[in-house]
Amino acid sequence: MASSSSSSSSCAMGFDFDEKPHVLAVDDSLVDRKVIERLLINSACKVTTAENGKRALEFLGLADGQPPKNADFKVNMIITDYCMPGMTGYELLKRIKESPNMKEVPVVVVSSENIPTRIKQCLEEGAQEFLLKPLGPSDVTKLRCQINKLKNPCQEMLCMGI
Amino acid sequence: MEVGQMQRTWIEYTKSLFSEGFLDAQFTQLQLLQDESNPDFVVEVVSLFFEDSERLLNDLTRALDQPIVDFKKVDAHVHQLKGSSSSIGAQRVKNACIGFRNFCEQQNAEACLRCLQQVKQEYYLVKNKLETLIRLEQQIVAAGGSVPMEELSF
Repeated sequence: MASSSSSSSSCAMGFDFDEKPHVLAVDDSLVDRKVIERLLINSACKVTTAENGKRALEFLGLADGQPPKNADFKVNMIITDYCMPGMTGYELLKRIKESPNMKEVPVVVVSSENIPTRIKQCLEEGAQEFLLKPLGPSDVTKLRCQINKLKNPCQEMLCMGI
Repeated sequence: MEVGQMQRTWIEYTKSLFSEGFLDAQFTQLQLLQDESNPDFVVEVVSLFFEDSERLLNDLTRALDQPIVDFKKVDAHVHQLKGSSSSIGAQRVKNACIGFRNFCEQQNAEACLRCLQQVKQEYYLVKNKLETLIRLEQQIVAAGGSVPMEELSF
């Protein structure tokens, strides 16, 4: 559904009422994809899941030889697992940050392992956040607030903690 | 059996799963994510966990059965199992995986085989418990009652 509502009042509200933020969640674990999807839907987000970096890049229009996505395509945040076969979350992060179209999209890296060098590496590469698994509702509330703030930088938003 | 009785059984059974360490707070998180718009969420996640775990346990058995064991591969499988058991709150399975990974690092095939046995045991135990729990919940709902989540105080 292409909604072309004007954004002249976008400073008053983070989103139009019918425009939920769209989050791409990338994880090779089926169980984890299911859980993150439910957490995000319960936080009033639209969710797309991808099972690996390659699929995520295809979805974002960043795969080799792909034409870029048009202006209607919107992703407000990407949440990716770090440890994935083929392409790690870090490598995916790099690809996203290298792309002119997608580099502004906040990327959150999640991992079950608390490894300071890994965390530093991701943050230096431009990750919005690095979170430890398993994710819970408070993590998602925090991310939701960040999405709101990024969408609406001209006004301090009260976080309603949906 | 009337609904009140079933509900009391459910409360006692759930409490015992937590006090015996089979499940941890992450499982509660999953129960809290379930609502009327998504009434089968826990059953769905648990089913995925069963499928995933059984595949991984088969892969592990095969990997440790090789004449030359690829410990990196074994470790990768254990890492995955640790991850999914952690996400679902299957605490004892998760803990068994942590020990397992240490032995992978040490490339100790014999110890790894023992760990695999232990992980399998813990998995089948929690599988049994979760199936019982889900059956109890389905009986309550079928009898017209609701699962008394609010009775669980942590």
